[in-house]
Amino acid sequence: MISIYQVAYKNLLRKKTRSALTVIGIALSAWVLVSLLGFNRGYENALNKDIDNMGFQVLVAAKGCPYEAATLMLKGGTGLRYMKQSVVGEILKHPEVEKVTPMLMAAVFDPNKGEEGGISGYLGVDPATFPAMKSFLKFKQGRWFTDTDAREAVIGYEAAELEQREVGDTLLIPEKNVELKVVGILSRSGTQDDGTIFVPLAALQKIFDKKGELTGVGIKVDKRANMAALEQKLYDLPDVQVVSLAQVKQTIMSLVSTAKVMVLSIALIAILIAMVGVINTILMSVYERFQEIGILKSMGAMPRDVFRMIWVETVILCLLGGGLGIGLGLGLSKLTDVLIRRLLPYTPTGGLIQINGRLTLLTVAAIVVIGLVSGLYPAWRASRVRPLESIRAEGE
Amino acid sequence: MKPRSPIVLEARDLTKVYTRGSEQVAAVDGVSLQVRRGEFVAFVGPSGSGKTTLINLLGCLDNPTSGTLALGGRIVFGDGKNISETRLTRIRRQTFGYIFQKFYLVPTLTVIENVMLPFAFYRKEGSVRDPLEVLRFLGLEKRINHRPGELSGGEMQRVAIARALVNNPDIILADEPTGNLDSARSREIGQILRDLNEEDGRTILLVTHNPNLACIAQRVVELRDGKIAPPARRARARPAQGKKPKK
Repeated sequence: MISIYQVAYKNLLRKKTRSALTVIGIALSAWVLVSLLGFNRGYENALNKDIDNMGFQVLVAAKGCPYEAATLMLKGGTGLRYMKQSVVGEILKHPEVEKVTPMLMAAVFDPNKGEEGGISGYLGVDPATFPAMKSFLKFKQGRWFTDTDAREAVIGYEAAELEQREVGDTLLIPEKNVELKVVGILSRSGTQDDGTIFVPLAALQKIFDKKGELTGVGIKVDKRANMAALEQKLYDLPDVQVVSLAQVKQTIMSLVSTAKVMVLSIALIAILIAMVGVINTILMSVYERFQEIGILKSMGAMPRDVFRMIWVETVILCLLGGGLGIGLGLGLSKLTDVLIRRLLPYTPTGGLIQINGRLTLLTVAAIVVIGLVSGLYPAWRASRVRPLESIRAEGE
Repeated sequence: MKPRSPIVLEARDLTKVYTRGSEQVAAVDGVSLQVRRGEFVAFVGPSGSGKTTLINLLGCLDNPTSGTLALGGRIVFGDGKNISETRLTRIRRQTFGYIFQKFYLVPTLTVIENVMLPFAFYRKEGSVRDPLEVLRFLGLEKRINHRPGELSGGEMQRVAIARALVNNPDIILADEPTGNLDSARSREIGQILRDLNEEDGRTILLVTHNPNLACIAQRVVELRDGKIAPPARRARARPAQGKKPKK
């Protein structure tokens, strides 16, 4: 038995090149669509992971200095503000606090850095608490320092490349004329730790004459606790500023959602291009087959039969193209990932393109809808062909 | 003619007027005729005489401007009102099988698929014909899996005839069926039409330029300027007869 679906499918085989080109057009659009959607998801997830990897969700800093690093860059290390180390004990009194790690940021002007000199920054951390909080940091070489008084350093991946240091080398702090022994070099983590030089807290306090003083305290909050309530309570401490990573995250995520709108606009354009291509192909084939469609009608095809036949042709093209495009998207996601990484100034770690079942279904649905919508006009046009038109063309 | 057979088609004052620019042209001008079951009628006449327009009206492919058309006693066109395409389709597929000058076979389908194509849209209840049997009748049993591109013109027209037959139409309408064929193939198609009429008892309405083809009909209707001409040529038509041996 022969069905309308078979006829529709075989019709597409008539102009193989044209059908193939249309399928490729749709496939490319589907590829763009699924990759963009996957990128959206992957980028958001990766950013989220990066932020979570910071180890602490709340940072308490001396008032007026919420962003140590920024101050460091702008004021050449002189604008840092300090708070008393006793604040750590105060913070620990709150039941929501799970872990605390004190930190001291210090910076000197290094005349040998770059062409005109630059700022070298050091982060004093507590060997008892800091490594535990940042358990995701892995070592390329060496280990953490164990003694908080030791004149040792652990260098982030990028900083190590910049300073060209290996484990066992020494690192001079300019101005202070103090030599540190490099005991560890971190693997790349994709976070700001890559560019940091870590020094034991007590040693750094001594070197910079900041005994008992801190620039920041990282707090890991109990997962079940109400973070906002804790932040409110921390503000009761004298002369401190509370920076919540939840806020930072929110800011970043609002940037991401702006990017999302852009990405979706591009996807929309891809879809429109595909639609125009499909409409063009199907309409052309309808015009070419005007007389044949007339004959089908003289054979007893109802307008709705012809409509369905042309519609099915469109949907077949779209399904083939969609399937191929999603295949491309999945198969080449690694390649796309590499390309995007080259284009973006900052890329989080982890897979940027994450295509899952839901996204695939969404794309298939989108492509089918495109097919159905694009097929409407050509199918309607074909259904209106009257059998007489095909006969009249023969003349009398 | 078979006087006792019932009338399957009756036209009264059938008129079709076309507007060309500001001019009104009556392509068919008040034609009245009756066709009985089992009749073979040929419509002849010079180009522009209105024979194709007439057969289109009789075959319900077009709405007349005025006049009446009845099929099997039921009026299809009556008061000049246009009938919807859907209703016309329903009437057409129950009554007619069409054969045209061009064959319009679907090139990607095989012979048997082309013949079965009407079933994709419609199956006449209880009285369809086995496509294989029809193809055998037309001498195409060895070609069923070929594609139209591999067939000769005569074979293609026979496939088109088979396609017109599978839904067992009451009336076959053939508009210049040999227009694209050489004289040998034309004779072949003529023989098939004759067999369909005599052996199958099928009613056939034929439009042709070809006098040799016209003379196999029992009745020849000549059209001039949209009107039926006086029956001067009837003498050339073959007399009504019973079964004849094939070929």
